[in-house]
Amino acid sequence: MKVLSLNFLTCAVKTCKTQSDSYPLHPKDAELVQDDIELNEAFLINLLPRIDWKALSTTATELGFPALPSTPPTPEDLRADAKTLRDLHNLLLETQMVEGKLVCASCGHEYAVREGIANFLLPSHLV
Amino acid sequence: MSYSAGSHVTPVTEGKGEPSSMTTNAKSNSIRDAAAQSPEAYEDEHVHSVYESIAGHFSSTRYKPWPFIASFLRERVAAGSVGLDVGCGNGKYLGVREGGDVHMIGSDRSPSLVGIARGRGFDVAVADGLALPFRPGCADFVLCIAVIHHLSTRERRVDALRKLLACVRGDGQVLVYVWALEQSSSRRGWDVDSEQDQLVPWVMKANQNKKDKESGGNEGVDTTYERFYHLYREGELEDDMRAAGGRVLESGYERDNWWVIGGHSEKS
Repeated sequence: MKVLSLNFLTCAVKTCKTQSDSYPLHPKDAELVQDDIELNEAFLINLLPRIDWKALSTTATELGFPALPSTPPTPEDLRADAKTLRDLHNLLLETQMVEGKLVCASCGHEYAVREGIANFLLPSHLV
Repeated sequence: MSYSAGSHVTPVTEGKGEPSSMTTNAKSNSIRDAAAQSPEAYEDEHVHSVYESIAGHFSSTRYKPWPFIASFLRERVAAGSVGLDVGCGNGKYLGVREGGDVHMIGSDRSPSLVGIARGRGFDVAVADGLALPFRPGCADFVLCIAVIHHLSTRERRVDALRKLLACVRGDGQVLVYVWALEQSSSRRGWDVDSEQDQLVPWVMKANQNKKDKESGGNEGVDTTYERFYHLYREGELEDDMRAAGGRVLESGYERDNWWVIGGHSEKS
């Protein structure tokens, strides 16, 4: 699943919903693949306000990407700076986590990711 | 809302080859009673494990988007939106919006169906509708098509709607489809006087049952699976949406199904 999607995922455990450290989930033993996807500037600019930038920065660093700036780029930044646009496109849309685990820092539960699919079914003691 | 019983074309709701079933009141009440004892265990047997068993055959009968849902995705969703499809099945709605200007994530309780959706290149996760892994308020819209009717108590159906509402932002929309009780012209023939809680057979012809063929076990034998459904009465889905704390923005009937678009209530 794309790094973009990771930005929208959190722990499935009910009691973690109110714990701030349950988001974002932390990739562990992550295996990444790169896709080649056509860049869509308008789409990225429209997406920006939907992205939790702080969480994305954490995810990017944990996946071994260079640190993101502390504040998100503005639409003007993206229009003016081809490299920033390109890097963001690569991180969000072209990078997929296909194997590994997503770990909740609150409850410690590890969600397996296999063949690009994260499994959020909970063992009965966590439901 | 009203529905026109005379204007139906052949429903695309179900696969071919299933017998129509008329269930007696006594049997249906026993269905409700059995489900009430342990809804989780009941749904495990009569929903989750069934979909795991029929996933391939089920998926092959699910390729045509419902017209209203397709028009919702194509015409009402703004570019740059993020959408979730809870109970995405084989992912048939994840690619309806073309042009790469909306990001969709699907989830389903059935690993086999999620695997099929993934094979089509979609971003999908295995998750239970009552324990969703989505950041609260993250989505512009949520689809939940033919899912809630598989939950066996009203409490769980309302809870599921509450969980969907939690996924969308302040002005977000939740589009829900459920099977209608009022479908007298469908081949199942249920109507207002029928029982709402039903076990509905899914017959897998022997030649569709690949697993059995491979194992050599049941070759040549049809297998019947029974899925639990709660058939919704007119107005019930709207009531449940309000009970979940949501506001009914729009509702209607399309080919044997009731649908509602819900959102957060204005005060929230």
